[in-house]
Amino acid sequence: MTSSRDAILGRLRNSLGRDIDGEDAHGEPSARLDKHPRGIIPARVNRDRGRQKELFVEMAAAVATTVDRVETADFVPGAVGDFLARHNLGADIRMAPDDRLSEIDWSKRPTLAITSGPSAGNDEVSVTAAFAAIAETGTLLLHSGPSSPTTLNFLPENHIVVLRASQIVGAYEDAWDQLRAAGKMPRAVNLITGPSRTGDIEQTIMLGAHGPRRLHIILVEDD
Amino acid sequence: MKATTREFKDNARAALADVGLQTALEKMETGFVVNRANAAAKLPEFEALRDQGRDIKNHTLENLDFYLEAFEAKVQEAGGHVHWAATSEEARNIILDICRSVDAKTVTKGKSMIAEEIGLNDFLEENGIAPIETDLGEYIIQLRNEPPSHIIAPAIHVSKSEVADAFHEAHTELDPGRNLDEPQALLDEARAMLRQKYIDADVGITGANYLIAETGSSVIVTNEGNGDLTQTLPKIHIAVASLEKVVPTLEDATALLRLLARSATGQEFSSYTTFSTGPRRSQDPDGPEQYHVVLLDNGRANLLGTEVRDVMRCIRCGACMNHCPVYSSVGGHAYGWVYPGPIGSVLTPTLIGVEEARHLPNASTFCGRCESVCPMRIPLPKLMRHYREKAFEEKLSPVTERAGLGLWAFFARRPSLYRWSTGLIISVLGVLGRRRGRFRSLPFTKGWTQYRDLPAPRGQSFQQQWAARSGRRTLGT
Amino acid sequence: MPETRPEVALFVTCLVDLFRPVVGFAAVDLLERSGCRVTVPAAQTCCGQPAFNSGDRGNAKAIAAQVIEAFEGFDYVVVPSGSCGGMLAKHYPELFEDNLEMKDRAYDFAARTHELISFLVDVRGMSAVDATFDGHVTYHDSCSGLRELEVKEQPRKMLAQVADLQLTELPGAELCCGFGGTFCVKYPDISNNMVGDKTADIKKTGADLVLAGDLGCLMNMAGKLKRDGSPVQARHIVEILAGMTDEPAIGEGQTE
Repeated sequence: MTSSRDAILGRLRNSLGRDIDGEDAHGEPSARLDKHPRGIIPARVNRDRGRQKELFVEMAAAVATTVDRVETADFVPGAVGDFLARHNLGADIRMAPDDRLSEIDWSKRPTLAITSGPSAGNDEVSVTAAFAAIAETGTLLLHSGPSSPTTLNFLPENHIVVLRASQIVGAYEDAWDQLRAAGKMPRAVNLITGPSRTGDIEQTIMLGAHGPRRLHIILVEDD
Repeated sequence: MKATTREFKDNARAALADVGLQTALEKMETGFVVNRANAAAKLPEFEALRDQGRDIKNHTLENLDFYLEAFEAKVQEAGGHVHWAATSEEARNIILDICRSVDAKTVTKGKSMIAEEIGLNDFLEENGIAPIETDLGEYIIQLRNEPPSHIIAPAIHVSKSEVADAFHEAHTELDPGRNLDEPQALLDEARAMLRQKYIDADVGITGANYLIAETGSSVIVTNEGNGDLTQTLPKIHIAVASLEKVVPTLEDATALLRLLARSATGQEFSSYTTFSTGPRRSQDPDGPEQYHVVLLDNGRANLLGTEVRDVMRCIRCGACMNHCPVYSSVGGHAYGWVYPGPIGSVLTPTLIGVEEARHLPNASTFCGRCESVCPMRIPLPKLMRHYREKAFEEKLSPVTERAGLGLWAFFARRPSLYRWSTGLIISVLGVLGRRRGRFRSLPFTKGWTQYRDLPAPRGQSFQQQWAARSGRRTLGT
Repeated sequence: MPETRPEVALFVTCLVDLFRPVVGFAAVDLLERSGCRVTVPAAQTCCGQPAFNSGDRGNAKAIAAQVIEAFEGFDYVVVPSGSCGGMLAKHYPELFEDNLEMKDRAYDFAARTHELISFLVDVRGMSAVDATFDGHVTYHDSCSGLRELEVKEQPRKMLAQVADLQLTELPGAELCCGFGGTFCVKYPDISNNMVGDKTADIKKTGADLVLAGDLGCLMNMAGKLKRDGSPVQARHIVEILAGMTDEPAIGEGQTE
């Protein structure tokens, strides 16, 4: 009995008018996988780094992400504390076990009650680091790994992301190159563009559907 | 899902009389349509991206066997499993077996049109497993026990008071006197109700917007984040996708992503675009322990060899239905099967048969607005016409229609006879209609005069008058 | 150097021929004013759309071949309808993809074929019309002309030249009126909903007259307006451009 796999591939090759093996027909697609050529990239990202940063901030704001710009990482704990106060939130934060976060001196804001690890669903606020940010649409790229639990990006109602200006790239393709350079594809790569939203009730846009109601970026201007 | 496509006319009549539905549909023109136009206008490269998107999909389809095998190898390399399903039944059974392997009681679901196509929810329920839809719109229609009426806005036909009714009925553990007048209150309640369900589910099932051959990733695009919770929290993540969802590389997926949200909702980018590759890694603090992809054929491999192949470029953005005057008249349920609107009018006869779905490709004015906005430049009117031809060849259209057409063509192919006979008819009608200039009814014109007056001919045809004028040159008389 | 007068063959369209001859005469008049010599080949009936869109490819091909034959040898084929123009210029070549000899003829024919208003503006460079119309009008973009032949600015350019005419843009001007050839009689309920939306939009403009470039759409809109007892009238745009407005508007009776 032929498996469905063989049957489906057989039908595909029949429809495509290919020999059953047809290996030699695949030079072009094979090269495409190896070389992953870039297509059209919107001209809006062709600008110097400084203006790319401004584009990122502008695009992020357009999707209701809030951005707090600080000069150095030393100001991050204060910025987190301010965010909590602004929204009348408690002092508990769930943080990703990420070196880029743990090397920050959190004792500057001693009132913060920090725990580390993935979320089980009871956290009001998470703090994570970003892998990259894409100016084109104000998008953050976060990925799973030992130091970056995916649950922190989705379960808490408030998601704070610490981003360094040097991590901002122009287009998605620039981020893919960095991701490839960093090793094999992580289990989860999350492109996050603003807080969770829905238009499913009478086409009215509302924030905070299932993911975070607020997405807050603390942008460390290390450039 | 049982098709009611044969009853399209009755469905349409009921939909037109449904005041609530009509109110909901009216909002599309000021919402989706305007938003898409703005998003397209903001990106100077948009039209070029459409060409590129079409080309990427065409290239992929031309090499679909290669890319699917490459995808499979990469999934396996990442520790995941790929299951090939020739039919809906096979896909359902594969999913059931995976669920049973962990003795699953509840399954959370991200929005998936393929799950609708294979009738997954009913099947899981019949087998003692409770499927829980997590997309807000899907959750609403699941409570109302009805299918989606739009591929990206499944509950577009439901008013907020109807949502409130459904919530009052379903969430009996909450205070019956609570106020659910505002959409925000409804959203908050749904969020609260679903939270624990995500965590308790044994299996999470999502669809896939793309499968990436280069990396073995399945990609989902959502605004709510429900898909991410669905695929991150349970022990098992199953992505169910049809064959044509595969694209070669991250760059190719990106090129299509630049079109998807802009065409669908008019956003520059959706809130969450997630690439899933295999199960949780050894050092990962969270994520599913098993990762499965179910690849559904259901007739698509054969379709690839036909004139309708272009439809396989579809990225399910919904722009065609958002811009369709027929869809916005009757809504999605009237179409009677999973896929409504212009794309449904092509996919449905493809997937359930030309006879069963005969009405759908006919119920179009060929106004062409769908093709003009399709990000993949699918020639939807042309493909609908193809199915009209199929129905004509197979003599599936009504006898009266065929006879009328045959009679008309007999005359149209004989110019002299045509001139003489039409001249006779309009001279009679011209006399009858001269005073009012129009008819309220005539024999054989009910289709027209039921709702509109018929302007009367002027008595003499242009050709007759032209020929009568001296000094004018005519040919062939 | 005096320009030679191009030979134009007018494809009248069946609806104009039978229901509204004045549109044909207005078309001839405008073409002649733009410096063309106009012929009306007698061996024309219909463009074949009813067959083509009903899936009857055999009859569609036979009619297309007959039209191509009848219009051989002219510099241009001009059509006072975007819908029939689209059929001739876009779909005839499709019909003969599998017939080498006819395919070439169909492409040649298609390349010579133009919708009337766009022909006057784009090909003949007509920029002024000697017409006056003291009235408030709105304009509906018929689907095929708009989307298959890109007729959008040309009629507006021409209307802007008409003395005393006031144009109010129609909201949703690019939305289908619900005619769709046989669609309107096969699916009358849906068609009625569409034309009802259209006439509601027309009434909102406050115009006394709706114009369009396609008689099918015009008969549909006029028929609905009259059934609703609306005083808004309908005419083909060429009637205004050629100053041929003595004829009662579409569906209106002879004034005593």
